[in-house]
Amino acid sequence: MAAKVITVTSGKGGVGKTTTTANIAVALSMDGAKVVCLDGDIGLRNLDVVMGLENRIVYDLVDVVEGRCRLRQAMIRDKQNSELYLIPAAQTRDKNAISPSDMVRLCDELRPDFDWILIDSPAGIERGFRNVIAPADIVLVVTNPEVSAVRDADRIIGLVESEEKGPARLVINRLNSSMVKRGDMLSVDDVTELLAISLIGIVPEDESVISSANRGQPVVNDTKSRAGMAFRDIARRLRGEDVPFPPMEVKDDFFKKLFRVN
Amino acid sequence: MFKSAPLTAERSTEFQIKGINDGLLVTLGEGEWSVLREYLLHNIEERSAFFQGARLALDVGDHVLKAAELGALRDKLGDFGISLTAVISSSVVTEKTALMLGIATQIQPVKRLASAPKPVEEPVHVNGETAVFLQKTMRSGTRIQNSGTVVVLGDVNPGAEIIAGGNVIIWGRLKGTVVAGCDGDEHAQVCALEMTPMSLRIANISLDEKPRKSKPGPEFASIESGTVIIQPWKHPTY
Ligand SMILES: Nc1ncnc2c1ncn2[C@@H]1O[C@H](COP(=O)(O)OP(=O)(O)OP(=O)(O)O)[C@@H](O)[C@H]1O
Ligand SMILES: [Mg+2]
Repeated sequence: MAAKVITVTSGKGGVGKTTTTANIAVALSMDGAKVVCLDGDIGLRNLDVVMGLENRIVYDLVDVVEGRCRLRQAMIRDKQNSELYLIPAAQTRDKNAISPSDMVRLCDELRPDFDWILIDSPAGIERGFRNVIAPADIVLVVTNPEVSAVRDADRIIGLVESEEKGPARLVINRLNSSMVKRGDMLSVDDVTELLAISLIGIVPEDESVISSANRGQPVVNDTKSRAGMAFRDIARRLRGEDVPFPPMEVKDDFFKKLFRVN
Repeated sequence: MFKSAPLTAERSTEFQIKGINDGLLVTLGEGEWSVLREYLLHNIEERSAFFQGARLALDVGDHVLKAAELGALRDKLGDFGISLTAVISSSVVTEKTALMLGIATQIQPVKRLASAPKPVEEPVHVNGETAVFLQKTMRSGTRIQNSGTVVVLGDVNPGAEIIAGGNVIIWGRLKGTVVAGCDGDEHAQVCALEMTPMSLRIANISLDEKPRKSKPGPEFASIESGTVIIQPWKHPTY
């Protein structure tokens, strides 16, 4: 095995990086893949909370980097999925505690034992961004269909390209189709036309995302949730399956555009 | 106090520091990039109080730098409290890298308040009147500044900025900010395949048409009788 490293990032904060990381990780592991998540948001960890693992933490990523424990000791096994692990972020340190080359080394050590390594990112474009982008094979940029989030996504995509890690793939999260229909929200079309990178997922606004995160149960586990379905679709696309986008979120000429953008 | 073996630098690796308008201009000496870089950082570390908080323009000569290297250097400098404001280079690759990272490629003559200290030395002019050509979509946060013409083969997205002494030619969609003729040239023009700028200025006159509906087809902006107007591109009749 040689894992692929997926870094989930965004320009603006709070758009759903942690949610996306946790859900894709669970979705990939539900299909039998071996998956490990790294929380790269040093100092503000919360991937463990969304995955419901916060009370099992003993060691964290900085402990590994600084040699206070072995890699295996910092890996927490998921409650339901025996092939899903989390390496949590340190809560009391800042992003300068690790360097981009630490992250590359860490991922190289994990690669032989896993199919996928997912990295959750801090918001913003400074040092923390360089740490999480350094080991990436695939970069997912998460945005909300809002002008400011899209502007910041554009900026991050530019940085990903200049780090020669592109092309990034786009996740549009919290799409509210009735708002789009009323013209109160950017459409998928508006967003992809500006950002001009290929789309890998459209996740609807869905209350069950919040309630399940609060229960420490990522929403993909909920077979009735539309957001859960969207995350499962992203996982399938990552595996190379050709999964069409649900038509209701999408305008008629969208597929034409999609081909042009690709 | 520095126990570490001093770097035995040859005369040529020595760099020069000048005060400029906006901060410090450091001109690197000759030699291998990695050596020059380490030598510079070593010196900065030793004189960290002097450099703390400085705005630094770095003349790297003809060294070809990729994004990873330049980005890492910027981070290192940032750790010393130094902000890298400009990278000057005779290498086009290095210039493009700098632009991609949102770092200027020439020293900007900054307009100061009357009370501000006079520049210690004259600003350095690099690139004179040459054109800059960028084959890339300019994303939010990127900026190109050039005293001559700027040509972009790609879109200019909202949040991206072009400031040119001369004309601006965009083979793509203009949605960002453009200033043409920034030193006062009222004959400067801006043209784009699709013209919906966030803001557009020629010399000292701004386009006041607010949000423009994009019209299909190429258009150009110029000053006519004291206002900036945008019209469809037709075969030139002059
Ligand atoms: N599709 C969705 N529908 C409804 N709520 C959502 C959706 N996606 C995310 N949220 C909610 O939005 C909030 C922010 O999400 P999340 O923590 O994943 O963002 P983030 O990008 O990781 O934030 P930060 O930048 O602070 O790390 C959370 O309360 C989350 O439950
Ligand atoms: Mg987060």
